[in-house]
Amino acid sequence: MNSDKMLDAKGLACPMPIVKTRKAMNDLQTGQVLEIHVTDKGAKADLAAWSKSGGHELVETAEENDILKFWIRKG
Amino acid sequence: MAFKQMTAAEVSKKVINKTDLFILDVRNESDFNDWKIEGQNFEFLNIPYFDLLDGVEEILDQIPANKEILVVCAKEGSSVMVAEMLSEAGLDVFYLKGGMKAWSEHLEPVRIGELTNGAEIYQFVRLGKGCLSYMVVSNGEAAIIDSTRMIDAYLDFADDIGVKITHVLDTHLHADHISGGRRIAEVTNAAYWLPPKDAAEVTFEYQPLESGNVITIGHTAIDIQALYSPGHTIGSTSFVVDQKYLLSGDILFIDSIGRPDLAGLAEDWVRDLRETLYTRYKELSEELIVLPSHFMIIDELNEDGSVAKKLGSLFAENHGLNIAEETEFRELVTGNLPPQPNAYQEIRETNMGKIEPDDEKQREMEIGPNRCAVR
Repeated sequence: MNSDKMLDAKGLACPMPIVKTRKAMNDLQTGQVLEIHVTDKGAKADLAAWSKSGGHELVETAEENDILKFWIRKG
Repeated sequence: MAFKQMTAAEVSKKVINKTDLFILDVRNESDFNDWKIEGQNFEFLNIPYFDLLDGVEEILDQIPANKEILVVCAKEGSSVMVAEMLSEAGLDVFYLKGGMKAWSEHLEPVRIGELTNGAEIYQFVRLGKGCLSYMVVSNGEAAIIDSTRMIDAYLDFADDIGVKITHVLDTHLHADHISGGRRIAEVTNAAYWLPPKDAAEVTFEYQPLESGNVITIGHTAIDIQALYSPGHTIGSTSFVVDQKYLLSGDILFIDSIGRPDLAGLAEDWVRDLRETLYTRYKELSEELIVLPSHFMIIDELNEDGSVAKKLGSLFAENHGLNIAEETEFRELVTGNLPPQPNAYQEIRETNMGKIEPDDEKQREMEIGPNRCAVR
């Protein structure tokens, strides 16, 4: 799916994927979509929970060759 | 103020000694609710690390001033971050070294008792997952029963006490954890024994363990007698060690009984399970001390951290052994079963040798509690 910004957090361990996601999100406008690529499996549940608690929408997730991809719409 | 690491071994001592500890668990809520460190005098607060990125000021009033504070996360990284923030806010705190991953893997050896001619039996308590494994030691030789995949714990322990591992046994094909049995046997040239009815699909060589087999450890003849006791799996086998201990595998626990659904159909095995618990075990001496392969709750631990109780006491106190009606028993072990252990099908396939996941993957497959029992 289309995104307004892309964040490469591959190879980073917890908590960095969320720390970077949060920072990237600050540069977006409400309704815009951030695409995030990570390899830390723990990020899956954490990004979902973080989106929810921050009022954002986790629109889509995908997994390709051990890379987890997320699309989050800023709320 | 300062922040320091606390190891899983140090936390284990606090569990066993029933020490006070305040745990700030910074994993997400669902992971925390699924599985956490348990201790009788532990107090918990669960705030995900991602809600603390702006600072810890808002939670400071929820943290007691008079207790040791341990910050816990999945793998360590986030707990270090939060511990650092708390120390900057003026608190003395610890973070759990290696996180829940390390907690899940820590084995605490506890000496259970003495056998004939100075032989000994040790229990390895895996507090983080509730798994129990055993080492029987006699005259320079050792047998290991229901080993976990952390095989160095057994190899190092055997080295320390100067014994050679000659036999490795599994009471059944495990569904909740990855057995280290095959690898220990490879490394030490020991024989690896498995119940053949559980091993129909395994891809490696093993010694078939059947009722009536007697395995001798050391020259002083500590006997391990195999007793066919199906119900948790079709092959489940118990061991009577030195006429004194009953290693009950996943058939009978201290405060619960085995569940029959992890390797097939509960309906099919419920009769086996009942017959094992209500007939086969009834024929054994009530003086035997039951040593199970799991515990479910921390209350099952004895004062010294061991998990062991006389068979006679279990017949008197364990609800699962005191259900007169077969229909009620059937309902208990087939209806309302707890969720299955994480990745239990993949774990079974790994134990059969059908798949060979790397270490990281194996670790992940084992995350969470064991969930092998019904109460």
